[in-house]
Amino acid sequence: MPLDESFIGRAFPATEVWEVGREKIREFADAIGDANPVYRDREAAVAAGHPDVIAPPTFAVILALRAHDLVIADPELGLDYSRVVHGDQRFTHHRPVRAGDQLVASAHVDDIKSRAGNDFLSMRAEITTVEGEPVCTSRATLVARGTAEPAPAAEEGVPA
Amino acid sequence: MTPPRFADVAEGDQLPTTRFQVTRADLVRYAGASGDFNPIHWNERFAREVGLPDVIAHGMLTMALAGRVVTDWAGDPGAVLDYGVRFTRPVVVPDDEDGALVEVSGKVAKKLDDNVVKITLTARFQGQTVLGGANALVRLA
Repeated sequence: MPLDESFIGRAFPATEVWEVGREKIREFADAIGDANPVYRDREAAVAAGHPDVIAPPTFAVILALRAHDLVIADPELGLDYSRVVHGDQRFTHHRPVRAGDQLVASAHVDDIKSRAGNDFLSMRAEITTVEGEPVCTSRATLVARGTAEPAPAAEEGVPA
Repeated sequence: MTPPRFADVAEGDQLPTTRFQVTRADLVRYAGASGDFNPIHWNERFAREVGLPDVIAHGMLTMALAGRVVTDWAGDPGAVLDYGVRFTRPVVVPDDEDGALVEVSGKVAKKLDDNVVKITLTARFQGQTVLGGANALVRLA
């Protein structure tokens, strides 16, 4: 089923406040095998010029996923999540995410299109503190493989 | 390791190439850390049902590993202003001890204003690139 293109330009409400915990940063850094001390040791982070431990550059995906969930869960959009893979991702950091941040994320649907039988959903998540300080802009394209019309999906070049 | 200084960096400089081994256990750990529990990243039966060859790595894990080549070089990960990739091929992770091997190389593509450099990255799995248009903007001292 093709996606509902009337979603293009739609803005979704901000996610619930999510507090960045230092142990969550450590867990994420461990999961990507990154031993950098600025993710774990406050003194090392301060020495590098940060007020507290900071998070890896792709940590903001946690917030982006929470914002995307509000879009994906809308039944009117018509996205078959079982067919979804990640097409592209970009993070623009206004400042590093750091322990103690109280963050919210708002999703915007920037584009929807179909190509070679696949549906492409381009979303932006604006991640800010609860006070409204910009922290990170995430841009992502999700690809629903073989859900557009006509049906045959190219097996080559299937993203992750 | 001393972080590179903008004045000492030249366009074309190579970043140290790094090889990353990704096993099923790594995918489970990343799923928990990131909150991305899509079963294509841990359930072989489900992955095949939706037409994938096997369980595939989270694109975001590949992106994070490639990003380590940049942050290991830059020293301070907070210096990364912008980082983006396209996921062009899946990294298929077999159910064995070795998993998948991803090799990431990078180079200084351009020196920009305000001590910012553009790094381009290449990630290979089984001889083919798995990321396209992978680049980061990093502010050096």
